[in-house]
Amino acid sequence: MSSFDTRDIVHCALFAAIVAALGLLPPIPLAFIPVPITAQTLGVMLAGAMLGAKRGGMALVLFLLLVAAGLPLLAGGRGGFGVFLGPTGGFVLGFPLGAFVIGWLVERLPRSGNVATLFIACVIGGIAAVYALGVPWLVLVGGLPFEKAAAGSLAFIPGDLIKAGIAAFVAAAVRRGYPTLATR
Amino acid sequence: MLGLYLHRESPVHALPAGWKLLALAVSATAAFFVSDLAVLGAALAACVLLFVAARLPLRVAIDQLRPLLPVLLLFFAVQAAFVSWQAGCLMVGRFAVLVLLAGLVTLTTRASDMIDTLERALGVFRPLGVNAGKVSLMLALTIRLIPVLVDLVQEIRMAQRARGVERSPMALLVPLMVKTLRMADNLSDALEARGYDPH
Amino acid sequence: MIELRNVRHRYGEREVLRGIDLTLTERRVAVVGSNGSGKSTLARLLNGLLVPTEGQVLVDGIDTRKDARAVRRRVGFVFQDPDMQIVYPTVEEDVAFGLKNLRLPRDEIARRVDAALARFDLTEHRTWPAHLLSGGQKQLLAIASVLVLDPAYVVFDEPTTLLDLRNCRRIAQVIRDLPETAILVSHDLDLVAQAERVIVLDEGRVVADDAPAPALAAYVARMS
Repeated sequence: MSSFDTRDIVHCALFAAIVAALGLLPPIPLAFIPVPITAQTLGVMLAGAMLGAKRGGMALVLFLLLVAAGLPLLAGGRGGFGVFLGPTGGFVLGFPLGAFVIGWLVERLPRSGNVATLFIACVIGGIAAVYALGVPWLVLVGGLPFEKAAAGSLAFIPGDLIKAGIAAFVAAAVRRGYPTLATR
Repeated sequence: MLGLYLHRESPVHALPAGWKLLALAVSATAAFFVSDLAVLGAALAACVLLFVAARLPLRVAIDQLRPLLPVLLLFFAVQAAFVSWQAGCLMVGRFAVLVLLAGLVTLTTRASDMIDTLERALGVFRPLGVNAGKVSLMLALTIRLIPVLVDLVQEIRMAQRARGVERSPMALLVPLMVKTLRMADNLSDALEARGYDPH
Repeated sequence: MIELRNVRHRYGEREVLRGIDLTLTERRVAVVGSNGSGKSTLARLLNGLLVPTEGQVLVDGIDTRKDARAVRRRVGFVFQDPDMQIVYPTVEEDVAFGLKNLRLPRDEIARRVDAALARFDLTEHRTWPAHLLSGGQKQLLAIASVLVLDPAYVVFDEPTTLLDLRNCRRIAQVIRDLPETAILVSHDLDLVAQAERVIVLDEGRVVADDAPAPALAAYVARMS
């Protein structure tokens, strides 16, 4: 991070603020599914897809530091250390990892402007990586047996798959329509 | 800075943030290892006493737990059904203690103080290449930008409504991304114009 | 004195400035031109935010290509949109930011922040979050945070374009009273009229360079 230049610093702060702003938005009703979605995790995926691994990860670290400090930035107006020690703590801690993995994949996969590639990156980073922290946390802190914790979390996967798809389309559209917006 | 801090004149509030964080880390770790319902009960009672010491009404303590209720009930049911109701109680009790302790730290510590403490703590990671000065600037910049981005999102939502496309996530997120990335150029120029040097 | 010698600037394939030679010594200089005329680029060349693809920009003899940081200490820059240049969450912290970059001692910073806040009537609002300020106050904050650094020159890039009439007049008044040398890049003809010298840019070239009345007449004629 000592390699971050001024533009990197600004990018990280902007996307941290985006994740916060999206959390402050009420859930958005979508045309094609009956349940409104919270846009915050979309912000996590976009941070990784648009900024790459280091900056995307840093943006989410900044976000979590502010949540830890007591700012009610998590969807639903939640904040403070309690968020990390509660049942969803692992998932929240997974945000920086998710953004990092998405960014890492986007930086390395061929045809990264492609919706399909971006979708794969968002699923691996935004879902697999996040759940890889979230589920064990439930097991560790909640004492839930692993299969039960995993089974319970499966309910959220369809929604997250939709979000990964949306993030992929958005990222692809931005890269295609505005190629000069250098995101690396 | 609007945070979850609730001001009171109390010894808990007066305690420096670093000490509270340390106490939280220690007691949270201890809570992990509790497997006796009686001990957990005592821990919960201790939490309540701490809230009293902080001059915070019990209503506030309950408010910390309220949002977790549905999730906790679900997990309790799962535990009770597949393991035992004691295991369920243990799990709920553990989460309750953790969330109450953590909530107490947040309620009694100003966000700005916590940020200062966290920044200092980050100094530990310096050998890993973490630059505390840059993190400090990024945190301030983020706080500064949140209202700006909230306004931007609301503006875009309004434009969506005007065009009848409020259900299209693309119509929100693509303009948001584009405007944000353009803002980045202006902000970097502004930082450099005011003499900021990352090196 | 700011000099532009044979300056050309290109963005990729597009040539935005085609041969600018200017020596600026007046206390108030205005640059006008339509969108795309190159005036924003010109503004950014004056404090080293941009370095010309050809030619040189010299501020008091310092080449922006060689020492942009020294140039930036001499030339302050106020952007069009204050939201794009306010960095810290509260008024006083933002004013202090530039001073911290100079690594001045703490009491010196406090003294200069107090003076800057007083100068622009922001003392009462010093602990306010920036986003609660009005548009005019935000622009004043932006100006304060630049002037607190004591630059010899200040470049204003469209300072009144986003403001309503009352705030336009207020900012124009503030600029009129500035002892520092100001270069105003603007559409706002009232603002421009207070300059000693007005330079008109069109498609990257200087097409008029005169006192306000004749230069603006030439500008208006071109635009019609």
